[in-house]
Amino acid sequence: MSFIELTNIDAGYEKGKPILKDFHVSVEQGELVSLLGPSGCGKTTTLRTIAGFIMAEKGKVVIGGRDYSNVPPNKRNIGLVFQNYALFPHLSVYDNVAYGLRRRKVAKELIPEKIANVLKLVSLTGYEKRLPSELSGGQRQRVALARSIVIEPDLLLLDEPLSNLDAKLRDEMRAELSRLQHQLGITMIYVTHDQVEALSLSSRIIVMNEGNIEQMGTPEDIYERPATPFVANFVGFDNSLTGTVRAVQKHRVTVEVNGSSFVSTRVTQVAGGLSPGDQVALFFRPDDTSLTDEAGENTIAGEILYVNYQGNTSSYALKVDQESIRAVMPGRPMSGDTREIRMRIDPEKLIIERV
Amino acid sequence: MKNSKILIAIMALMFVFLIGPFVVIIISSFSNDAVMRFPPRGFSLQWYEKVLNIQMFQTTFWMSLKTGLAATFTALLLGVPVAYTNVRFRYPGKNVLELFFSSPAIVPGLVIGFSLLRFFIYVTQVPILLGLYLGHTAILFPYTVRVVSASLRNFDPGIEEAAVSLGSTPLHAFFAVVLPNIRSGLVAAFILAFITSFNNVPVSLFLTGPGVATLPIQMLIYMEYYFDPTISALSSILIVLTVIIVQAAEKLLGISKYM
Ligand SMILES: Nc1ncnc2c1ncn2[C@@H]1O[C@H](COP(=O)(O)OP(=O)(O)OP(=O)(O)O)[C@@H](O)[C@H]1O
Ligand SMILES: [Mg+2]
Repeated sequence: MSFIELTNIDAGYEKGKPILKDFHVSVEQGELVSLLGPSGCGKTTTLRTIAGFIMAEKGKVVIGGRDYSNVPPNKRNIGLVFQNYALFPHLSVYDNVAYGLRRRKVAKELIPEKIANVLKLVSLTGYEKRLPSELSGGQRQRVALARSIVIEPDLLLLDEPLSNLDAKLRDEMRAELSRLQHQLGITMIYVTHDQVEALSLSSRIIVMNEGNIEQMGTPEDIYERPATPFVANFVGFDNSLTGTVRAVQKHRVTVEVNGSSFVSTRVTQVAGGLSPGDQVALFFRPDDTSLTDEAGENTIAGEILYVNYQGNTSSYALKVDQESIRAVMPGRPMSGDTREIRMRIDPEKLIIERV
Repeated sequence: MKNSKILIAIMALMFVFLIGPFVVIIISSFSNDAVMRFPPRGFSLQWYEKVLNIQMFQTTFWMSLKTGLAATFTALLLGVPVAYTNVRFRYPGKNVLELFFSSPAIVPGLVIGFSLLRFFIYVTQVPILLGLYLGHTAILFPYTVRVVSASLRNFDPGIEEAAVSLGSTPLHAFFAVVLPNIRSGLVAAFILAFITSFNNVPVSLFLTGPGVATLPIQMLIYMEYYFDPTISALSSILIVLTVIIVQAAEKLLGISKYM
């Protein structure tokens, strides 16, 4: 049994209209699992269900072997970091951090030391007396973090904790989170809709869509082997063509797209059961394409609509088999006024999904 | 910028229209004349002296003060939990209740006063003082609910949830985290409700009786018999007191955004 088990969960804001439907997740101790997905897909709802602010209509929440399904949020030992920090505006940094310790009746003489340690951990020593309104976004963020880890929670839930920070601070905080996670070994569930953040922090990623789990896997699984068209699209396989399967070998599928033949050697889980005649979609990333004059295997005729110069690369808008395709190639835009070209995609860069 | 000149002129007119009567009252209170006249012919402080010497004004001032404070406290005590429930939770009939909270802005005071009179005096037979206190509480209650609701809406519910996730019960979180942060809303509600009570005529008119009057009622009675600047002097004192209290609260707590 895993450390956290959500089984069969139906949960939402109105009875009879669950946002999460028949939801299953299991997380191992010490893992950092990211919930990734577009706005409104139910990431916050999932966290709130785990934290106990939403009581599931159906199903079970088990943490560390104990059934928490009917335990109110103040009795679950779970740390929460909110998207907008939710610091107590009327309390100093010290008192913000001390709040949970005092509620837990930690011996008075132990509190100052615990707070000093945690503030040191998040590099905020010396800020004890400040009010939240006197801190920068990144500092508030770190107070929120300190406040939730000082209680030594069984589990830390973070809801887009870095989304309000600028890019530089976000990078720093991300590194800091990663360090803390390794140092403390806390199990974390981390909500984000930033792909890079999820890929760089997580041991596993859960991609959600409309209250359902589309795919759960390691960052590499998600990024290299997206299991559904939705996930493929989400992780940057922006282009797609449709075709018909012609041949299936062990690690090699041949697909015909409007007279051109494509071979894919990167077959995803779903593609496993393909057979000749199936309609499929081919997904590929803009920067996994190349443009040539020569016909050959894995190429298809296309028309260049326009080119954007982007410094190191050039971005081409193409029309291929009636689809809009974006291709990114290194170097300056091709010279001459060729409009009719062929687009090539490497067999190992092509993903095939059943449609 | 011709347009802006016209706008400024309109602003100035409005200002004169709003502030003018107060200026007239304050100036006429320093008159040395026994009839109300504007502008006054000479200066004196005799009307202020007179105000302080009229026993009925003192008695009714204390009556108004006590009624106002008691009713305001009670209305706040009831209004805070009601506002909290109303802002944080969804329940059936919420719209109807919200309409009720805006009723003082819609239903004329005389109607409220008369209904309260029928209810208290004829139906329940409560003593006059108690009736006055309960009547004022009833008219202040919607005000406190509205002002406290406004400040609660400005307060991120996530902060409360943070407290709960750190181990507070919802009740403890309310006292430890919510109340301290809606302090200025509470003060605003208090001041607004108190001033409303202190100024109220229509409801008090029906609920006062032999030997029990509030200051505004006493002022009306006085004016029926005398038409001298005493009332101007008294009004000026009240204006200045109100301005001082509201200004102090605004400086300290920035309450204007809730009013
Ligand atoms: N308090 C609420 N009452 C009713 N419905 C809600 C409430 N909060 C969220 N929802 C609905 O639940 C669904 C999931 O919302 P949720 O907040 O979990 O999304 P999210 O994945 O966290 O999105 P975001 O990335 O924008 O934060 C949405 O359709 C939303 O409209
Ligand atoms: Mg969210």
